[in-house]
Amino acid sequence: MTANTGRWIAKTYLGLVLVFLYLPIAIMILMAFNRSALYELPFVFDTVWFEALAKNDRLLTASFNSVVIAVVNAFIATTVGTLAALGLARYSFRGKRLLQLLLFPPITIPWLIIGTSMLVFFFWTGIGRGLHAILLGHVALSLPYVIVVVGARLASFGPQLEEAAATLGATPWQTLWRVTAPILAPGIMAAALFAFAVSFDQFVISYFLASPGTSTLPVEIYTSIRKGFTPEINAISSIIILVSMGLMMLVVRHFRFGGER
Amino acid sequence: MSRVEIANLCKHYDSVTALDDVSIAFEDGEFFGLLGPSGSGKTTLLRALAGFVVPDSGSIRFDGQRVENVPVHRREIGMVFQNYALFPHLTVNENIAFGLSVRGRPREETATRVDAMLALVRLEGLGERKPRQLSGGQQQRVALARALVTDPKVLLLDEPLGALDRRLRQEMQVELREIQRSTGITAVFVTHDQEEALTLSDRIAIIDRGRLIQIGPPREVYERPETVFAAQFLGDANLFRGTAEGDRLRLGGGQVLRTAGRSDGIVVVRPEKIGVYPAGTTPTTDNCLDGEILQAIFSGASVTYRVRVPALGEIPLLAFLQNQAGDVLAPGARVSLVWSAAHTVPVAP
Repeated sequence: MTANTGRWIAKTYLGLVLVFLYLPIAIMILMAFNRSALYELPFVFDTVWFEALAKNDRLLTASFNSVVIAVVNAFIATTVGTLAALGLARYSFRGKRLLQLLLFPPITIPWLIIGTSMLVFFFWTGIGRGLHAILLGHVALSLPYVIVVVGARLASFGPQLEEAAATLGATPWQTLWRVTAPILAPGIMAAALFAFAVSFDQFVISYFLASPGTSTLPVEIYTSIRKGFTPEINAISSIIILVSMGLMMLVVRHFRFGGER
Repeated sequence: MSRVEIANLCKHYDSVTALDDVSIAFEDGEFFGLLGPSGSGKTTLLRALAGFVVPDSGSIRFDGQRVENVPVHRREIGMVFQNYALFPHLTVNENIAFGLSVRGRPREETATRVDAMLALVRLEGLGERKPRQLSGGQQQRVALARALVTDPKVLLLDEPLGALDRRLRQEMQVELREIQRSTGITAVFVTHDQEEALTLSDRIAIIDRGRLIQIGPPREVYERPETVFAAQFLGDANLFRGTAEGDRLRLGGGQVLRTAGRSDGIVVVRPEKIGVYPAGTTPTTDNCLDGEILQAIFSGASVTYRVRVPALGEIPLLAFLQNQAGDVLAPGARVSLVWSAAHTVPVAP
């Protein structure tokens, strides 16, 4: 096999992967602009579903809820998780290894099970259901991701930079703000994005913890679909996809993840 | 610029003794080398001076003031780390200015000081670069400038030249020494490289398993090692064991060596102190042993001979000779090895 055919196979493979990933999304976006509610062809361009969406208060409220929860969750989880990662990386204390070990199982436990246990627990403790419960659940869910991402960044530079700052007269506080935080910034940014995505994507737990009348976008979409699918869903999904892809590209452009210090 | 004094310093990690009753006075303006194998405790000692390690007992004084409980950032030290530990997100200027900036010094004063430091380490014009755009030697200089800019009481250097290649290391040794002299700062550095320690230091201390083995000027420690460890760690050494008879040592084979003073049965002779002559042409000297060349290693300016000497048994005797005559004795040649009593140094086991 020559190098040329090898490259050709690799390119085809990459092409197939991209088609597999993006074709359904492309079709969905296309259908959001199709006049027919029943996906009829030929394609007739129309923005009727976006106009319908603009009047659909339930979907809009749910979208607003989702964004607020995702942003607040990203903020809380990133703050708490970054501090936890700092503690785990730079200090030694009793039970640290156990704590580190306990961080990972929640990532692998099925959401259905976590959702059920949270519902039971929140009911039992009187926290109840609603947006606050959803937020609590999302923070708990995002924390391990944040700790892993920030921890990886922390591990890429030893305590030496912080020690160097101390020898130069920087107080621990100055060291944190002038050395640790700036170097950690790309990791923190990535972690915040992760936390946002974990929350924004989250269906199962939100579904369990939503109280009647208040819900997040995934829950609302699911409920709408059960009642009968309308291309308004395509419309809102298209908006979300474009916004989140734009956000992702912005972050990737301005912060180099991993490597390169 | 200060006198730094440690007394009866002890530090244990679980079952490991890192420092065992170490006392050293670092004189004002002195360049002091801490030398020892890895795990000897030399780095622990340096980190105790910096404040990263709190000793179990003993005292550390800067100009008479006890500092064991003073946190690192208030100790007024400068430290150069093995891998420089330059801040990757800051420029060279900002790196050097860091110590002044956290102290809230005025902008103009800071800029002047930074420029002066850049000139001192000969990096003018590179102030706007990021550390990763500099070579290893340049990064080393930035680290030095950053550590010196605050006029610290003592400069601590942890294997400062360890990451540089040989050529650059030798250049930097000279430069480091000049900078230390010109600033007059008290400097303590850790190294496992004996040549570096001998070249740079006003005094050195040899440390092994947490204990201070010997302390003194490089020449003295090299020429008059007090223990077998000191002799073998600092350069190469031929070891002779026998029974002491006053200023003489009777070897197992019956030969007698004249020694520099009374011994306890062990003496060392540095390989470069031994003359190697074809058998029979012996000039009269204090000590003379017969041997047979096992191996001649030619390295340009010098020749290393490994010589079988009956008195030493299986261990070959080492002799270093300057390549003056231009001819090298072949393996198998019978030779006479001669050296003076003054170079036959009694040591403790």
